[in-house]
Amino acid sequence: MNMTVLNLCRRSSVLAAIALLAACATSVTRGTGDLGVVVERATGSVQIVDTTHHVSLARVEGLGDLSHASVVYSRDAHYAYVFGRDGGLTKVDLLQARIEKRIVQAGNAIGGAISQDGRLIAVSNYEPGGVRVFDAETLAAVADIPATYGDGTKRSKVVGIVDAPGNRFVYALYDAGEIWMADLRDPKKPVVQKFLHVGKQPYDGTVTPDGRYYIAGLFGEDGLALLDLWQPEQGVKRVLQGYGRGEQSLPVYKMPHMDYWALAGDRAYVPAVGRHEVLVVDQRSWKEVGRVPVAGQPVFVVARPDGRQVWVNFAPPHNDTVQVIDTLSGKIVQTLTPGKAVLHMEFTPRGENAWLSVRDDNRVKVYDSETFAEIAVLPADKPSGIFFTPRAHRIGQ
Amino acid sequence: MSAGARRCVVAFFMGVGGLAPQFASADLTAARQQALRNLLIQDCGSCHGSTLKGGLGPALTPAALAGKPAVVLQTVILQGRPGTPMPPWAPFMTEPEAAWLVEQLQTGVPNGQCNK
Repeated sequence: MNMTVLNLCRRSSVLAAIALLAACATSVTRGTGDLGVVVERATGSVQIVDTTHHVSLARVEGLGDLSHASVVYSRDAHYAYVFGRDGGLTKVDLLQARIEKRIVQAGNAIGGAISQDGRLIAVSNYEPGGVRVFDAETLAAVADIPATYGDGTKRSKVVGIVDAPGNRFVYALYDAGEIWMADLRDPKKPVVQKFLHVGKQPYDGTVTPDGRYYIAGLFGEDGLALLDLWQPEQGVKRVLQGYGRGEQSLPVYKMPHMDYWALAGDRAYVPAVGRHEVLVVDQRSWKEVGRVPVAGQPVFVVARPDGRQVWVNFAPPHNDTVQVIDTLSGKIVQTLTPGKAVLHMEFTPRGENAWLSVRDDNRVKVYDSETFAEIAVLPADKPSGIFFTPRAHRIGQ
Repeated sequence: MSAGARRCVVAFFMGVGGLAPQFASADLTAARQQALRNLLIQDCGSCHGSTLKGGLGPALTPAALAGKPAVVLQTVILQGRPGTPMPPWAPFMTEPEAAWLVEQLQTGVPNGQCNK
């Protein structure tokens, strides 16, 4: 038997013995294209899951404070890089189900990205505010880019870091209201281009799937900040300004996320801060072309890979609900109540299933995205983010 | 009862005597305490960190809160802080419940995990 399979079999005996028996009986090395990880935020662990058989294969522990953790993958999809709240950066071997390397690189962090060439991992930090860059293989420090602003003594929290073509990382400075683009073609000498006064309190950012546009959501005002990475000399533009139309927005009990640009055809679907609405934006003109009333304040707005559906989850007190928008009609076609505190949603590579983490029920639920039938339930300890390996090959993920 | 649980109970009674005179212990069932603790760790923790050492929002450890009057903290919880992402939590809890949460924070929720 192959060593890799042996190892995985040994480590996962508790969680998925039956499912693995089949795998163990055959002496083949498996791929990772249908694997993923589920973050268990309370216990500082991740589960490695198999999206073909809807089972958990193993649990890897010892990853620190995983509240608000996120994950990127090495381009061979062999390793998951897990970014913890406590500044931990952990490289997890999916096949051996063990920690390959782990460092604590800052006091307080919010996420990270992997470079276009797969050689660099960048982490966005709150404390100390800035971005630190590491060698993807060894996690050795490569570059440190403090997010100084104003008179140069203050450091801003950094949010919304993504990779972009040209071995660049793009991110936003929450306290400063700036967007920075760091070019790491020479990793030892980052070249940083700064865009000032992009808007109040950028809370998250994302990049379009083609890597062309960086978009930062603004908490402090109605609107988004847009940077054309093909033509950065044109500067940051404000789009969707005043979508609240001066109306008092509602209190926000969970910050919306811009995990991945939800694109269906030419239209993007964006959470409206402080409103029970999803904004529909024409990606050619960057104008609002519609809005869909939904059950609560959207947190994640995620398009199925084919773009036909957009799934939305919500801030408390509506966080037991998920709604599905049919992008052809622009209408809600399904309202699900998976359970208490639905935190995240992830589609399988071609979208036949959606996996939902239901934190307070300690479950991950798998739905058929056509029939909306619940097809599997996996136990998990306060599950939050779910990340599947196809992210390894997507710009911005 | 674990040491952590004992600390929580102590904090609970201190809250009754010291900070919220209108608050009677019978008002807060064990189940309600557990729900509030879960809210603190999970929902407050989204911004303040599940160990309450800070995130987008500031740290809420006893050291970080030292010198801040309980009544001010209680007001921030219930009414939020305009101009920041801190929302008013009044729809989710009563005044005595907010006072109890403040007491928990000032005493220190052991590793963010009371009674566990």
